[in-house]
Amino acid sequence: MHSLTSLQRLEAESIDILREAVAESERPVMLYSIGKDSQVMLHLARKAFFPSRPPFPLLHVDTTWKFRDMYAMRERAARESGMDLIVHKNPEAEALGINPFTHGSAKHTDMWKTQGLKQALDLHRFDLAFGGARRDEEKSRAKERVFSFRSAQHQWDPKNQRPELWRLYNTRKNPGESIRVFPLSNWTELDIWQYIHRESIPIVPLYLAAERPVVERDGVLIMVDDERFPLRLGEIPKHKSVRFRTLGCYPLSGAIESDANTLPAIIREMLLATTTERQGRLIDHDSSASMEKKKAEGYF
Amino acid sequence: MNAAASATDRALIEGDIEQYLRTHENKSLLRFITCGSVDDGKSTLIGHLLYKAKALLDDQLSTLAADSRRIGTQGDELDFALLVDGLSAEREQGITIDVAYRFFSTDKRKFIVADTPGHEQYTRNMVTGASTADLAIILIDARKGMLTQTRRHSYLTSLVGIRHVVLAVNKLDLVGYSQQKFAEIEREYRAFIARLGGSIRQVTCIPLSALRGDNIVASSANTPWYRGPSLLDFLESVQIASDSTSAPLRMPVQWVNRPNLDFRGFSGRLLGGSVKPGDTVRVLPSGKISSVERIVDFDGDKAEAVNGESVTLVLADEIDISRGDVICAAQEPAGVADQFETTVVWFDETPMLPGRAYLVKLGASTLGGKLSKPKYAVDVNTLDHVAAATLDLNEVGVCTLTLDRAVPFDAYADNRDMGSFIVIDRLTNRTLAAGTLHFALRRSQNIHWQALEVDKAARARLNGHRPCVLWFTGLSGSGKSTIANLVERKLHTFGVRTYLLDGDNVRHGLNKDLGFTAADRVENIRRIGEVAKLMVDAGLVVLTAFISPFQSERKLARDMLPDGEFVEIFVDAPLAIVERRDPKGLYKKARRGELKNFTGIDSPYEAPASPELHIDAEKLDADVAAERIIAYLHAHDLLTHA
Repeated sequence: MHSLTSLQRLEAESIDILREAVAESERPVMLYSIGKDSQVMLHLARKAFFPSRPPFPLLHVDTTWKFRDMYAMRERAARESGMDLIVHKNPEAEALGINPFTHGSAKHTDMWKTQGLKQALDLHRFDLAFGGARRDEEKSRAKERVFSFRSAQHQWDPKNQRPELWRLYNTRKNPGESIRVFPLSNWTELDIWQYIHRESIPIVPLYLAAERPVVERDGVLIMVDDERFPLRLGEIPKHKSVRFRTLGCYPLSGAIESDANTLPAIIREMLLATTTERQGRLIDHDSSASMEKKKAEGYF
Repeated sequence: MNAAASATDRALIEGDIEQYLRTHENKSLLRFITCGSVDDGKSTLIGHLLYKAKALLDDQLSTLAADSRRIGTQGDELDFALLVDGLSAEREQGITIDVAYRFFSTDKRKFIVADTPGHEQYTRNMVTGASTADLAIILIDARKGMLTQTRRHSYLTSLVGIRHVVLAVNKLDLVGYSQQKFAEIEREYRAFIARLGGSIRQVTCIPLSALRGDNIVASSANTPWYRGPSLLDFLESVQIASDSTSAPLRMPVQWVNRPNLDFRGFSGRLLGGSVKPGDTVRVLPSGKISSVERIVDFDGDKAEAVNGESVTLVLADEIDISRGDVICAAQEPAGVADQFETTVVWFDETPMLPGRAYLVKLGASTLGGKLSKPKYAVDVNTLDHVAAATLDLNEVGVCTLTLDRAVPFDAYADNRDMGSFIVIDRLTNRTLAAGTLHFALRRSQNIHWQALEVDKAARARLNGHRPCVLWFTGLSGSGKSTIANLVERKLHTFGVRTYLLDGDNVRHGLNKDLGFTAADRVENIRRIGEVAKLMVDAGLVVLTAFISPFQSERKLARDMLPDGEFVEIFVDAPLAIVERRDPKGLYKKARRGELKNFTGIDSPYEAPASPELHIDAEKLDADVAAERIIAYLHAHDLLTHA
């Protein structure tokens, strides 16, 4: 008779959450952002419902500005899981040609991601959406429930959250309202990496160091991933050994110089790092309490 | 947030990362809560713990330093409270308003901290944080000593079944690191815990200054008289009673896994015990027996699964199992019941309404249920039991929970997950309350039949209402039988067990040897009283509809029963009226002298001096009269079992 390690406990709890959410919703969907947390969440879903396929589709709210490696991983994930993949691009943002270079990161994120997500959820009438957020990522996440209730306008009211006791989740809602469910709530960044290592979960190669063309802007290394990147006068991309701690839109993701090209090596680098993973993510710096504000507006 | 920066960790990470990963993976997990009053310094304590455990990274520290200068309360020093008080609303108010979860790890353990607020209106958050915790840290301001909140937090900690408490006597720097002050508080607190009883088995008192860092990670030179562990030392080493792997198997079915016609698996999480292929299991509530054929897993079938694991079981027999059923160890199954004594903590601003149809979620079942008027409420400050008609926001009480159907359960003391429930409003979907099950009240439906004295109280519990006699008295033709019949019909629709004794079923059988002399009338009433008493003992609501003219015989019947179980109902109609009605022509016969000893004519009627109910039969319609009687029964709790 053995007892579970902390990682086994986390896995069991996440599977429990996934099953409970599916059993109590009409039209669930999994928000799939192609990052390492999404890969772990997808892996857990495949375990939770095995030998059935996870009984919900994957939804990618596309901004058209992801890394090319990410699009390749997205197709692979859909193929290997056998799940339906829904790709939503905000038609308004598409028509206006919204991009981070001309419109700034705040507008870009709001139009493509926040508005795009609301559109997709409304369009498909999803009443429950899984997200890969972790409580250790950011201060306002630390207070979010596992089952987080949203109004018909997709709004989050941090003062009116349902208490969550034991493992009893209140999943009741009225028509039009929805629930965001975070199966990875209690995982830390280290747990995620460790689990990827233990379970051999595929990840986008950008997490591992390789020679890549980058330019330095305001002290941040940005990868020139395709020909849309507007180089400034005299700016020439340099090839450097870099990797990414978090992945988003390539113009908004800061690379770090690194030689860590294996999982244990990047875990080592992360453990010895002196900054949090969100520092490489440019959108958080827009304003203080910016994440909480975005969440209240409907961002994941 | 994972800077594992302790020296030994750092060496291992740099040297042998694979070894480090294996070590980290095998670390145990301790979940704890912190609770204290608004100004006790909880957030500062957690912030300092994270800082000292080296769980903070450079960018977090620089943000903290900037925030401390801008909005901090500690001058140029770091204000650790700002780390934890995450929501901007809180920053403005300077208080913590919700449960926040923090993660950190040391060489020895991983930790999840629930930071729970201290002020009264947020008791629900504390209960929420505590429901998944192994240990509670209760903060006390050394200057103030034990406060009302300290008692409340300790009571709630014990209510949710936590066994280990750390009493963190904080702000010791502000009382000059006084050993005497610390000893006083420790003595007072231990005495309180001894009185409290409940789940708390171990209390550890530590003198601290969260602000200055005394005794947080290392023994402080400021408290040379304290020989115990520092807070972090204690958290790293405390032995938490092993989980319930040795308990009997419990697996509520969350989801039936049917990818095709050839596969039927039952998915759920083990909430107790372990399971192997070949094990005999009993499925509740049906009670059907089967055995485990396979434990299906993504990485191939498993040979065993233990408490806490999420699994998919395939059984050897095709039996009908749906979500909410519980797969149990065949020899030690859970109970099955639909009525329980429970402790309820009310979370909502709308008070509890006894008898209202709520939704109750228990395990993987959501079903209709209602709560009784509290047997008593608990004053969480004095721990006194107080009478209560309802439960308001943050109140705790003992109530009967009645569910629409029987469900599998264990007592909360035996299994936290099998013995807990939440109450949901049908209209707003808000989580109104949380509760713990003590025991089932309808033991007839419990698989473990326990020897139980079957007495009047037990029958009342089974019936769901108390027994009593409704003794109707009044002149012939006053309407006693009509009203009694209406009352019985109404009670029957409420599910109340009744029996009506009247001339038809008594005079022709039991009392057919009796006539209408005064002596026979006395004997008639005595026998009716005795029969009514037996039926009350059997748990029935007995209605008697006899003229019963004499005060003394009615008193005789009343004295056979305990107070409150004899309800005298005087159906009062003047002789002139009943004589005019004369439905059976008896008054005419009596007037003609054909009936001797007829009450009101040649035999007296002694009107009751102080009946429980006085019905003016001249004015009141029979149906209105019946409603008045029902209202009386409700008002006196005769239709509930409590």
